[in-house]
Amino acid sequence: MSLLVWMASFVAGLVGSLTGLGGGVVVVPLLALVFHVDLRLAMGASLLSVIATSSGAAAAYVRDGVSNVRLGMFLEIATTVGALAGAAATGLVATGALAVVFGAVLLSAAVLSLRRAHEHPPAPSTGALAVSMRLASTYPDGDRRVEYGVHRVGAGMGLMFVAGALSGLLGIGSGALKVVAMDDVMRLPFKVSTTTSNFMIGVTAAASAGVYLFRGYVDAGLAAPVVLGVLPGALLGARMLSRLRTRPLRLLFAAVIGLLALEMFYKGATGRL
Amino acid sequence: MRPWTDERMDHLIAGLLRTGVLLAAALVLAGEVVHLLRHGGDLADFSVFRVAPWQTHGVVGLAREALAGRGQGLALLGLLVLVATPVARVALAAFAFAAERDWIYVLVALVVLGVLAFSFFGGRA
Repeated sequence: MSLLVWMASFVAGLVGSLTGLGGGVVVVPLLALVFHVDLRLAMGASLLSVIATSSGAAAAYVRDGVSNVRLGMFLEIATTVGALAGAAATGLVATGALAVVFGAVLLSAAVLSLRRAHEHPPAPSTGALAVSMRLASTYPDGDRRVEYGVHRVGAGMGLMFVAGALSGLLGIGSGALKVVAMDDVMRLPFKVSTTTSNFMIGVTAAASAGVYLFRGYVDAGLAAPVVLGVLPGALLGARMLSRLRTRPLRLLFAAVIGLLALEMFYKGATGRL
Repeated sequence: MRPWTDERMDHLIAGLLRTGVLLAAALVLAGEVVHLLRHGGDLADFSVFRVAPWQTHGVVGLAREALAGRGQGLALLGLLVLVATPVARVALAAFAFAAERDWIYVLVALVVLGVLAFSFFGGRA
């Protein structure tokens, strides 16, 4: 059991990383549908694997000055409060309903993952919050550093609260929604959006983890092989991403994940999970 | 003494995250290996959610259990180190912002730390 869970988690980490969806959102349906693990225990194990992969990946991005640490920490106020609310809600929602929400979120994330990155022309920050909190920064591009501004911080924070709530409710990283908030709404460079999202995910998940631990959603016997599988899988995926042409692969994975999402949705709706 | 800059803070935070994850992974791996050697043939069943005996103890009780080596002590300790890593990262950032005399961001970091503390010690809601 433990070795099979480990292998499945490795694959989930790899696929999650290659698609940009994150390991957690892939490992939960795998555990629940294939291994018939209780949904809440699967979410607890996933949440810990999310902390591991995001912290591991963020270390490199922060060192290289790509993540915007000030912006990340400022937005973490919204994501952690959201995570607390979401984690608290898991106790009030029936398992079937959780699975339905999970399926819907996974399906939209799979569709979102097929989007191409768009570039925003650099412009100084707009809005009083972005200016007074000095959120504008630079990121490295080859030898030079590119300046960028931050926009619509209020709306971004609102979305971050939702991302945090989904993270706490479902035991996932909610990276896809965080990137939407930063890339589309706050108009950050794509590279900064993804790396700052990674930087924030660990703290967001930690805010849910406290509640999960109290509730007994984290079983060491399950979480240990899941963490040990997802972490190296995700790291390998990140390495492969920089070398492979991944567009056809992403389409294939998005389709598989879409099917998993539909099955979660269906089983949840018919009370079979 | 070297001056406190954003770059120095970035390096410290990166080092902390890397160390935390590596240490956690090593502990969990060691715990798993020991467990497999002892109980390799057992079939665990996670299909039914049962309330673990330590549920009401929260983090403090878990840490006590891990240190006592009960259950899957080492793996549990590793998982706790993992959860503590982002918390330590926020605390370190609060300290670094204070050294930079960036008081607004000290406040931001402390608010986040407060939410985390509520989750770990008050978050039974």
